Amino acid sequence: MPADVFRGRVWRFGHDISTDVLSPGQYAVDPVDVRKRHVLESINPAFATGVEAGDVVVAGRNFGCGSSRETAAENLKALGVACVVAESLARIFMRNAVAVGLPVMICPGVHEAFTDGDDIEVDLGSGRVSGGAHGSSLLGEALPEEMRTILAAGGMLAMLRSQTH
Amino acid sequence: MDASTAGGMTLAERILARAAGRDRVAAGEFVVAEIDLALMHDIFAAQVFDLLGEAGVEAVFDPDKTVIVIDHLVPAPSAAAADIHHRIRQHVSRQGIRAFYDAGEGICHQLLPEQGHVRPGMLIVGTDSHTTTYGALGAAGTGIGTSDMVYALATGRLWFRVPETIRFELTGELAPAVSWKDVILHLAGTFGADAAQYRSMEFGGPAIGGADMASRLTVSNMAVEMGAKFGLFPADEITDAYLRDQGGPGSDAFGPDPDAHYEALHEISLSALAPQVAMPHEVDRVAPVDDVAGLAIDQAFIGSCTNGRIEDLRAAAAVLHGHHVARGVRLLVAPASRAVLQEAMSEGVLASLVDAGAVVLAPGCGPCFGGHGGLLGPKERCIGTHNRNFIGRMGSSDAEIYLASPATVAASALAGHIADPRDLEVALAR
Repeated sequence: MPADVFRGRVWRFGHDISTDVLSPGQYAVDPVDVRKRHVLESINPAFATGVEAGDVVVAGRNFGCGSSRETAAENLKALGVACVVAESLARIFMRNAVAVGLPVMICPGVHEAFTDGDDIEVDLGSGRVSGGAHGSSLLGEALPEEMRTILAAGGMLAMLRSQTH
Repeated sequence: MDASTAGGMTLAERILARAAGRDRVAAGEFVVAEIDLALMHDIFAAQVFDLLGEAGVEAVFDPDKTVIVIDHLVPAPSAAAADIHHRIRQHVSRQGIRAFYDAGEGICHQLLPEQGHVRPGMLIVGTDSHTTTYGALGAAGTGIGTSDMVYALATGRLWFRVPETIRFELTGELAPAVSWKDVILHLAGTFGADAAQYRSMEFGGPAIGGADMASRLTVSNMAVEMGAKFGLFPADEITDAYLRDQGGPGSDAFGPDPDAHYEALHEISLSALAPQVAMPHEVDRVAPVDDVAGLAIDQAFIGSCTNGRIEDLRAAAAVLHGHHVARGVRLLVAPASRAVLQEAMSEGVLASLVDAGAVVLAPGCGPCFGGHGGLLGPKERCIGTHNRNFIGRMGSSDAEIYLASPATVAASALAGHIADPRDLEVALAR
């Protein structure tokens, strides 16, 4: 499925990036156009203004840890992030990403292999991640078909609408 | 990994198999399961109800399996919060939801067990990461986001990946002044914040016979700080007695099959454990309290869904009674529910706390999630009984948060610096 392959430019972040920095609490009830301007601002202030549609977020372990706030995933999607690839993903963040239609994948080694500005290609179906300055090719965990089906539908709300109408 | 088609099931597998209408399930499988209870609090409830309406869904799948709690923005710190509460009340009334707890009744993760909504074997979802708390009663509780909640409330069902299980076999006995908060901090420090990602943590072994329900709720609550989907205790005689005390029917024993398959099994003795603290800014940066004793504090916080129960307030009062907090230290106490507050009043616990200089907050979540009512300024340091010390969690990004047990927080409030509750007299004399 071609929709499972993403090519883009890398923004790299570290380990244990929490929902408190992906969606700071003080903007919790603000509209997404406000919330997205503060994504990761305490870690890389250039991100929210510099990220372009199709860019890929690469991160270390436990990306999205913390609260259940879905805005953490929704904000990244609203900024145009095509895909998040991390050494590991916090469970609720992973679930929420799928629920809002933001592609995500787990790929050990990805944090070491890529840096800001690299080109990257991510294949959710095979788990293959390639690109970077040294031509890396890594095998991550292919996203299970059940989750790719929800992504393809556009998320859980789109699934629900298709079932109720 | 295919976890075989024979052999027994873990607690997580037993619960998901039953909820999915299957004889058995194995770790790694995807199932669609029936939801026994759906919880929402005031941060997300109004939005979820609005989204349900937008999706053309008039009524929730079962108003009697839906619980709504106003606990995060309590009392309303802004006009916007008050308006959100108003909208929630309208939705609750229109949907005919009877299990509605308005502002001031308490924190959701205290109220659901306390008010008899949680039973062993249930599958519970909540729009809050600490929904793992219900594992204390042998119920598989887990946090979900708003889109998943809209789907769950519309259909009564949700997809789940059956998690692998890590078993913690706990032995030995806790030393005096050491609590189960210290145990879960120790586990987080030993195994890491990522150790149980996508997995179920299952607690067992002879030591859990010494863990009352309040202690189990603390441990299961913080299982999510190790990434866990569930943090499960078996239902035993302690569970049975707790359920009867809450005025409901008791419970038969409910545990994993003896031949269940575990991804890993860790045997841990608790006998030599010292009071623990989690240091800024990660829950798994944990050390014995003596390693950081002497660090000056500006604020001490006792409360939250982790440690705001009557047992926690008693432990703090035992330390604080007859003393006064150090000059320059703000001690905040937020009982986890109105019932906890009432018990603390009738037992004299509240008097001990207030006489010692505590400011008593409304039952709720305010300071713990950095919402309101006790936030930190730049360069300030807080020690609290809550569950997260992430950067910026309680206000300023330049503040420091340490996590500890109620006894350690109380001892620190008296000393004016982080203190070992076992050395209290020494600390006060210094």
